[in-house]
Amino acid sequence: MDKTTKLHEDLASIRNIMERSNKFLSLSGLSGILAGTFALSGSLAAYFLVYYPHSPFGFRVRYVNEREVVFQLLLLAALVLIASLTSVLFLTIRKARKKGHTVWNKSSRRFLLNLLVPLLTGGILVLALISRGYLMIVAPACLIFYGLALINGSHFTYSDVRYLGYLQIALGLLCAFLPGFGLIFWALGFGVLHIVYGSLMLYKYE
Amino acid sequence: MQLDDFDKAFENRVRLQVMSVLVANESYDFVDLKELLGVTDGNLASHMKALEKEAYVEVQKTFKGRKPLTTYLATDKGRTAFEKHLGALEKLILQQKN
Repeated sequence: MDKTTKLHEDLASIRNIMERSNKFLSLSGLSGILAGTFALSGSLAAYFLVYYPHSPFGFRVRYVNEREVVFQLLLLAALVLIASLTSVLFLTIRKARKKGHTVWNKSSRRFLLNLLVPLLTGGILVLALISRGYLMIVAPACLIFYGLALINGSHFTYSDVRYLGYLQIALGLLCAFLPGFGLIFWALGFGVLHIVYGSLMLYKYE
Repeated sequence: MQLDDFDKAFENRVRLQVMSVLVANESYDFVDLKELLGVTDGNLASHMKALEKEAYVEVQKTFKGRKPLTTYLATDKGRTAFEKHLGALEKLILQQKN
């Protein structure tokens, strides 16, 4: 082998291995788009449940504090969550396999741990709030904790994830000042932002 | 050509990669390293022995449940040597460009 090529290959391999040794780079962009689509569909269903036939900016037909409505909304949210997680998992595993990388390794474990600590904290807190009837804090709290989780996890994956986190937090805080528009912020954060982010990732890295 | 800083211990690419992982991370264990680099047990073990002999890496053997867990860390000597080697690589490339 030519000596210069070997030098260049040495350097390239160092850069690649260093990055992969502490960052999980198999996250699929397509799954972001799918998760966003599920979130938008979920929001639409929630709109029909709560507002229809009024506009989402107007009066509610049903009050969210009715037990039955809360239960239906929770079920809907759980469905969206399961569909999103399944597609993220499936497409991420597929992407890793295609690149010949493992999925369950040191960097993916680190990424997950860092993501899950704020995420589960927020999730459990939100469930506690729901059970005690503080419903108006649910939408902003979900967005804010999700944003914090993304920023925390971003150290161990594509750094672009951090900007998604900042935007989710900004939306969450804004939402906290504008009670009654939770569903719209939710659709923007979990729906639109995910689709935009997923498309950018798809374009940039795949 | 300046070959004084060129470290013989890093001539092999696997060793170079191992060192770059250990410099970028607090520590890394044997199994994770093996998977990351895509090498065999025996291959990695022999390269780790060589790096150990140079005192570039430090080994910690513990148990995770019943399984033995071998963890590696870069020593200060190893870090310095690696940085020096990288510097030498850069210089070589610059010289060849001109």
